[in-house]
Amino acid sequence: MELSNATFWGFERENGRVGVRNHVIILPVDDLSNAAAEAVANNIKGTLALPHPYGRLQFGADLDLHFRTLIGTGSNPNVAAVVVIGIEDGWTKKIVDGIAETGKPVTGFGIEGHGDHDTIRKASQVAREYLQWASEKRREERPIKDLWVSTKCGESDTTSGCGANPTVGNAFDKLYPHGTTLVFGETSEITGGEMLVAERCRTPEVRERFMFMFNRYQDMINRWKTNDLSESQPTKGNIAGGLTTIEEKALGNIQKIGRKCLVDGVIDKGEVPAHPGLWFMDSSSAAAEMVTLCAASGYTVHFFPTGQGNVIGNPILPVIKLCANPKTVRTMSEHIDVDVSGLLRKEMNPDQAGDALLDCMFRTANGRLTAAEALGHREFVLTRLFESA
Amino acid sequence: MIHFVVHEEGDGVGVVVVEGVKPGNELTGWIMEQDTEIKVLAKSEIPIGHKVSLTDYQAGDTVIKYGVDIGKVVAPIARGEHAHVHNIKTKRW
Repeated sequence: MELSNATFWGFERENGRVGVRNHVIILPVDDLSNAAAEAVANNIKGTLALPHPYGRLQFGADLDLHFRTLIGTGSNPNVAAVVVIGIEDGWTKKIVDGIAETGKPVTGFGIEGHGDHDTIRKASQVAREYLQWASEKRREERPIKDLWVSTKCGESDTTSGCGANPTVGNAFDKLYPHGTTLVFGETSEITGGEMLVAERCRTPEVRERFMFMFNRYQDMINRWKTNDLSESQPTKGNIAGGLTTIEEKALGNIQKIGRKCLVDGVIDKGEVPAHPGLWFMDSSSAAAEMVTLCAASGYTVHFFPTGQGNVIGNPILPVIKLCANPKTVRTMSEHIDVDVSGLLRKEMNPDQAGDALLDCMFRTANGRLTAAEALGHREFVLTRLFESA
Repeated sequence: MIHFVVHEEGDGVGVVVVEGVKPGNELTGWIMEQDTEIKVLAKSEIPIGHKVSLTDYQAGDTVIKYGVDIGKVVAPIARGEHAHVHNIKTKRW
């Protein structure tokens, strides 16, 4: 597929970023505010509440990550406008101010001193105004460089490494020269292939930063592990699918970065990349955590290869699933957007598989709902670094 | 018909890509990188996605897949047998 003049139809936001969805979200700052946020979303049909279990008594780096994830989610260009609800005004304002830097409409409400009823009434009024305002936004034709594409695989099996993941790699190799912003991560799931990723880093500085993140994660695992992590990494599903060791899983995982593109930079969890290119994000390998972080970093379309059939979605980031396992494609067809099982029968070559994924990417970017969106998968899972105070 | 795939020449295991492999089945493999063919006689039931050994392995040997070390052999594996967690373990963690 020739992508030099490729375009997609997206929503331009106030800060120049381009989204492929037009959500109005009701974002709780903390667990206590979920009920009010869900009540507002229930009142104003077409808005989306993002409940989650955290946000109280976190501190230090863990609190920074919490704020970064919420602000990043609200700032994502797939979101048109945001209503923030927190138990108190201070941290609520912090999230509102962070999102407001994008220039998009955002208003916050603190519950203390007002109660749920009054908060829901006032927040519903603003949510209705935002939703009606957003409903008049129109898609515009935009160059491919405005697309930010993330990837993470899940419930992988051996077919992931020889079919679905190389398909993402083929698509990344084609997207990379056209100024797109790409990301991969899953730090523990590089184990056994870290030297191959290190070789692909563009500069010694990037390599050093990558190895720092890699070793930091290894230290964390070595500090807490009680066995060789079998059934956790690789997961029980991975093992059922035929993956035996973390090394084998990792070598399959890194097929997603293709053969040509270089790693241009390294970001911490939920950080926003500073320029186009391929980024490595230090992140959990758990599907919903990693995809939530990709959304917080500003990515607008996600490639999710699966082998055994992970069903994940995200509230604001369309997750495109591809699979090369013919059994999974047959038994879980409602979850699979792109069937690349022909690769393993030699009925499809890697180039054709990559093109099939890119075709689905353009249709998704232009508005077609993914399987996960149609099925209502909205997993919003915040990464925690350590215990609350 | 392709019953299993191998990433590249020199790999000691292949990935079964069809359902219902039984002992005695003559399996045809596709070495993807070099686009060549290989045959092996199955000696175990091997589920789809699981690995067939292409080598006679002894405990302590290293298993190569993608041309890279994927772990150590902990129980002997004959060519054609099912290679998985019962006879291969990670070298990490």
